[in-house]
Formats: sequence, structure tokens, C-alpha cells
Amino acid sequence: MTFSGPTRALLRLFTALVLLFVYAPLALVVLNSFNTSRTFEWPPPGLTTRWWSAALESDGARNAIVVSLEVALIATAIALVLGTMAALALQRFRFFGRDTVSLLIILPIALPGVVTGIALANAFLTMFGIQLGMLTLVVSHATFCIVTVFNNAIARLRRLGGNLEEASMDLGAGTFRTFWSVTLPMMRSALLAGGLLSFALSFDEIIVTTFTAGQGIQTLPIWIYQNLFRPNQAPVVNVVAAALIVLSVVPIWISQKLAGTDESVAAAR
Amino acid sequence: MLWLGVLYLGSLAALFITSLWSVDAFGGNIERIWNLDNYRDLFTIEVYRTITVRTLLIAALVTVIDALLAFPIALYMAKVASPRLQRILVIAVLTPLWASYLVKAYAWRGMFASGGPLDSVGISPGYGLAATVLTLSYLWLPYMILPMYAGLERLPSSLIEASADLGAGTGTTMRRVVLPVLFPAAVAGSIFTFSLTLGDYIAVKIVGGANQMLGNVVYDSFLTGNNLPFAAAVATIPVAAMLVYLAAVRRTGALDSL
Repeated sequence: MTFSGPTRALLRLFTALVLLFVYAPLALVVLNSFNTSRTFEWPPPGLTTRWWSAALESDGARNAIVVSLEVALIATAIALVLGTMAALALQRFRFFGRDTVSLLIILPIALPGVVTGIALANAFLTMFGIQLGMLTLVVSHATFCIVTVFNNAIARLRRLGGNLEEASMDLGAGTFRTFWSVTLPMMRSALLAGGLLSFALSFDEIIVTTFTAGQGIQTLPIWIYQNLFRPNQAPVVNVVAAALIVLSVVPIWISQKLAGTDESVAAAR
Repeated sequence: MLWLGVLYLGSLAALFITSLWSVDAFGGNIERIWNLDNYRDLFTIEVYRTITVRTLLIAALVTVIDALLAFPIALYMAKVASPRLQRILVIAVLTPLWASYLVKAYAWRGMFASGGPLDSVGISPGYGLAATVLTLSYLWLPYMILPMYAGLERLPSSLIEASADLGAGTGTTMRRVVLPVLFPAAVAGSIFTFSLTLGDYIAVKIVGGANQMLGNVVYDSFLTGNNLPFAAAVATIPVAAMLVYLAAVRRTGALDSL
């Protein structure tokens, strides 16, 4: 390491400042969820757990959480199957238009969510003539979830190479047997990371959701958004937000357990 | 595969086609009459031009701010911190990514609130464009730090040492050794920061006061105005901007590292 003392000290200071910038707003939300003042007076005049018990009894929030969980689970399940298949096809076989396909898969993450949202909504409404609802919502979420699963799966496949699979085939295992007892176990942690990420993405998605969910369905982010500007709901919204912040540690913890730092960097892409 | 190909590309194509239709003035039904009226409105009506320019400027500004903020922290993580600290820092940068987008925007609403923490020390810009830029920079910062960190990690420390041994000062080493590695990484990060900002309409609603970005126009035309064709026409602007941007950065090789 060749950086001079002052440079290093400066970098350290800057890093600390950025981390402060990153965590201060989150800390504020958590702190405010205990604020006795309904309007988040600053500094808080006192601390209370009243809002947390109020939030537990909020039907709107609870229903929204259930809807969000359902959508995220189904979308992730679809994405795991299709994303893995796409990755296998792209990695193991050469075919016409292969490069185009890999660019295509990046598109849903390179284009803004509002474009994805309106494009899908438009397709459902004008092309297929389907009313917006649970089905369109799940399909839309699965579309961007596929990308995250695919990215994780293909990164793992690239690193693995095909030797073990060839060995398995040489030893007389069929395609399916090879996939089941050789490829899949080796991909398991990558798929888990991808699945985790797409679950989190879907759970938190709001832009595509507003466009494709239609009127009747309320996921948690939609619920938060709709109640954000209502002063009398503010404390409950704040508790839900604080809870989400605290819960965001869980997937990080799991992915760390799972695979070490490199994986989680890849997973976040 | 088919799912993505048919559904996604098909949707984009259909979106473009829809943008060429119009809405009848009474029922709000889509009339399949081919015309360029939506695009004409888009280019000739002053307010849409202003919003387009504003959105592009915000996206560029957010990207630059994120690059400037991300560089020192990425450098510190990759080249100065001990392996243990490095791991902790990666987690520290990653964790906010898992916290809900909405929650983070909401957190800044609290920060900027009149009488809130920033206001009480007299440095809150209040709800407006400055707050929007700051919030968006905050939201997308990890997308810039991570590729930069990954890029710098791959740069062998021995190269930096060699550069110093050969008599280069910190400045020269930065410019001639670190920057060439950093640039593609920054471009990869900028695709996210730029694209995510272009499409955003939620953060600006939460902290931006009465200001609008392109996403708001799309959203309002679609959900409130019930004018899907016009919304579609507006949505082609970020698509066009992203395609131009992707084509421009393609040569840097950043696309491979996505």
C-alpha cells in the first residue's frame, strides 16, 4: 500500500462521512417510530412504543403484507424455474442469436422501471385484453425477477465449466439425472442468492406495481405510498418503514452465511 | 426465454405502436388512428420540453455526484482497508440496498422536513429539486460504489506500488494507473444511476415539492389522464435516452461487466 498517511486519513474520513450519509436517514426513521410526537417533532420530546402496537393492529398494513408476500413468493418461484433454464440454455448451447438474447435479458434492468411498467400494462390492456389484477402483477414481477436469477445462475455456470457434467454423462447418467444430481447441487447457493434477491426486489417494488396491479390490489409499498401523505397515518407508516429497515439486515445475514462476500456482491447486481 | 422475448420486447414494440394512436376526447377510449400527434405535443408544448430537459439534467447530476462520492469510498475499501474491515464495509454498503426504496425516500422526507434534523441546524434545502437530486443520489449510491469497488479490487496493488517506485506522485498514479481501471466501472455504475433516475417519479413526489419529472408525466397520463397513447409517447423518451447512452458507452466495455 503506497498511499501516503494524509491521503489514507482523508480517505478514511470520507468513507466515514459517506457511511454517515447512508445511515443517518435510516436511523432517523427508526428513532421516529418511537417518537411520542405525532408530527415527528425534532428532537423527539419523548420515546414510546405506542405506535408499534398501533401498527400491529392496522388491518391495512397487515393485508398489504400478505399480498406482497404472495406476489413475491409466486414471482420468485416462476423466476427460479425460468431464470435457471435460460441460464442453462445460454451457457451450455451455442445457438443463433445467443448474444442478442443475453443483451435482451439485461434490458429490463437497464431500462427505467416506469418504462417496464407502462410497456407491460399497455401489453396486457391493448394486446391481450386482460384486466389488470393479481395475474398481471405476478407476471410483471416475474419478468424482472427472472433477470436477477439468471444473472446469478449464469455467473455460477461460467465459473463451473462443463467438465463435471461431461464426466457424469460419460458415466452413463442421462441429461435429467445429470442436471438433478450434478448441476443443480453445484448451483444451489447461487440460486438461493438469486431467489433471495428477487424476493426482496419483488417485495419492495412499487413502480412496475402501480402500473400493473390495477385498482383493487394493495401491496405493502403501495400501502405505504398511499398513506405517506396522510398525517394521521404517519406514525403507523413510520413503524412499518422502521420495521422494513431492521428486517433488511436478514437477507444480508443469510447471504453472508451462504456464500461469502463475493457472492453477495454479485447478488446485488 | 420466450417469456422475456415475447412479453418484454413485444411490450416495448406495442408501447411504441400505442404511442402513435390517439384517445377520443369523450370516452377516453383508444382510437387506432395512426398519427404523430402525441410526439408533436411532446415537442411543441413548452412544459414537456422543460420536464424532459430537467429530467436529463437531474439524471446527469445524480450520476456525477454518485461517481464523486463513490470513488473515495471504493478506493478506501479496495486498497486501504484491512481484509476484515473491507468485508464489513461491503456489508455496510450492501445493507441499504435491501432496505425498501420507498422507505429510503421516506427517510429523506423526514430529514428535509421543516423542523426536522437538517432544518434544525439550518442546512435543509426544503422539498424541491435540490432535495430530489440529493435523495436520488442517496438511493443509487451503492450501484456506483459496488462496480467501482469490484474494478479497483481487481487492480493489483503491486501496480500502484510500481508506479510509486518509478517516481510517480499520488496524483500521477491516480491519473495513469487507477483511473483507466475505474472508468469502465464508473460507466457500468452510471448505467444504473442514469436509468433509475430517468424513470423515477416517486422520490420527486415525496421530496420534490410540486416539481415533476418524466416519470410523473407518464404516470399521470396513464392513471389520472387515462391517456395511454400519450403516456407511451412520453415513455419512449427515457428509452431513447438509454439507448443512446448504451450505444455511447458500449465501446468502453462496461456492458460486459453488468
